[in-house]
Amino acid sequence: MSIKPISGPHVLAVRRIDEIMRMVILALLPATFWGVLIFGWPALLLTATTLASALVFEAICLKMRGVAAKPYLSDGSALLTGLLVALSLPPWAPWWIGVVGAAIAIVLGKQVYGGLGQNLFNPAMLARVALLISFPIEMTTWVEVKPLLIGPGLIDSVSITFGGNTADAVTGATTLGLVKTGFSLNQTLTDILNNYNGLLAFIGWERGSLGETSSILILLGGLWLMREGVIRWHIPVSLLATVTVLSLLFHWANPQHYLSPWVHLNSGALMLVAFFIATDYVTSPNTPLGQMVFGAGCGLLTFIIRSWGVYPESTGFAILLMNAVTPLIDHYIRPRIYGRYRNGKPLDISHP
Amino acid sequence: MNPKILFSEPYKKIAKDGLWDNNVVLTQNLALCPLLAVTGTATNGLGMGLATMAVMVASNAAVSASRQLIPTEIRIPIFVLLIAALVTLVDLFLNAWMHELHKVLGLFIPLIVTNCVILGRAEAFASKQPIMPSMWDGLMMGLGFTLAMVVLGAAREISSAGTLFANASLLLGESFRFMELTLIPEYKGFLLTALPPGGFIMLGFMVACKRLIERRSTAKSAAADISLQAIKPI
Repeated sequence: MSIKPISGPHVLAVRRIDEIMRMVILALLPATFWGVLIFGWPALLLTATTLASALVFEAICLKMRGVAAKPYLSDGSALLTGLLVALSLPPWAPWWIGVVGAAIAIVLGKQVYGGLGQNLFNPAMLARVALLISFPIEMTTWVEVKPLLIGPGLIDSVSITFGGNTADAVTGATTLGLVKTGFSLNQTLTDILNNYNGLLAFIGWERGSLGETSSILILLGGLWLMREGVIRWHIPVSLLATVTVLSLLFHWANPQHYLSPWVHLNSGALMLVAFFIATDYVTSPNTPLGQMVFGAGCGLLTFIIRSWGVYPESTGFAILLMNAVTPLIDHYIRPRIYGRYRNGKPLDISHP
Repeated sequence: MNPKILFSEPYKKIAKDGLWDNNVVLTQNLALCPLLAVTGTATNGLGMGLATMAVMVASNAAVSASRQLIPTEIRIPIFVLLIAALVTLVDLFLNAWMHELHKVLGLFIPLIVTNCVILGRAEAFASKQPIMPSMWDGLMMGLGFTLAMVVLGAAREISSAGTLFANASLLLGESFRFMELTLIPEYKGFLLTALPPGGFIMLGFMVACKRLIERRSTAKSAAADISLQAIKPI
């Protein structure tokens, strides 16, 4: 009888990749459906285009790398990346925004590094930032809420998404965008936000990216993932807490110039980023302490860029910058080796 | 001198090294600073490439001519002085004769002094070789650099503005206005590639393409070797 020695660690993964991806997608579905519900058919068409192109680009890259495409395609990672890209787009954006976004996310964000698990930056956020820099007009055209049944029909929607026919669209700025332009006109926050409804923002009945408006649905999805153990609490809690504490302090010091925590938490991509982007296993640190440092850094950068930067929404930049320091965090914050102190010395076992 | 010498083996090897095998940008990954800074359009790439090539030929000649006189210990400062003098000449020349282009490239022309590839060729080649091969090396390395600059500039220009060789008449004279093409009319523009990060990304793709081509050709020659070996035993 021969026994093959197997090297450690002798830990079985509780969940397989495809299962994790499926659960994350499931947790995102409420927010996706909400986006389609309030922005109508164009949102659905854009999402479908983005998902399909993500799969196509993944298949092309896998073919070029010469690996079997089917197992990688069916693990759902490309689908999840595509979905996250779609959720961060303006709902009535033309189809090619979705295609270019999926291409950047899959090809530049993931496959050039060697595929799933090798990438340095979060693919979806990379695509979002690249699109925002490259197509500033298309990426900041925010359509008014137009629910599925009241808004344009399916035929009109096809011409909106694929024909670029957005003549009928009533557009406006997001809350954060309003604040930025308001400040440049020397307005105070009270003037700018006199139409702001905190409850609607929490539910998600407002202008914004396709799947980022509804804080409550994203929060519920994230909490479910946390309960299931797919993500841990360290990153979301430290990220949201940092933004809350900072905005509370500044808002308290000067309420006419700094947004309240409630507006911060329910605006832009913050919720989505905290629960679904920052918690990406590949691009976040491995240790609990490292994850808290990472989350706090994301929150700090988000607040700094939102408050004093040029772009109204900053979570994408914050995530990419913190992704870049993740290897550094993992280098300095390491788990204690079993049987040793943190500094690497063996535990003192001379006295009982 | 006999022009046939340019087709002799050592000269051919120098040419092949400069243009492809040991290309400044694609293989040595040197001179990335001017590469990313000025390759927003193909014309700028061409102008910068030609200016660098001119400096490289002259500096290789100067270094090679004075190589017996230069003490080894202080060779680097002397090389830099030689190169700086030549770059000043090129700068003044461009300012006088191609003023419009100089306005675009102006900031980067003096920086040719710090272009590591010029010092690199002076140190690695010209300081050890006679004048003729050194100048040939400078020409070929400069040509390889120019080629890479033009290709990268063209790729970035097409994707960011939809044009090709815009403003080429500034560089080459009015008669070359036909080169100024608008490939994609009313193009929205992929602004990322006009920015330095986009330049890096494009450069990455270019290097990947070169490696792919090389891998293909080695695989082909290896296959040819195997088929030859299969015949040999008879």
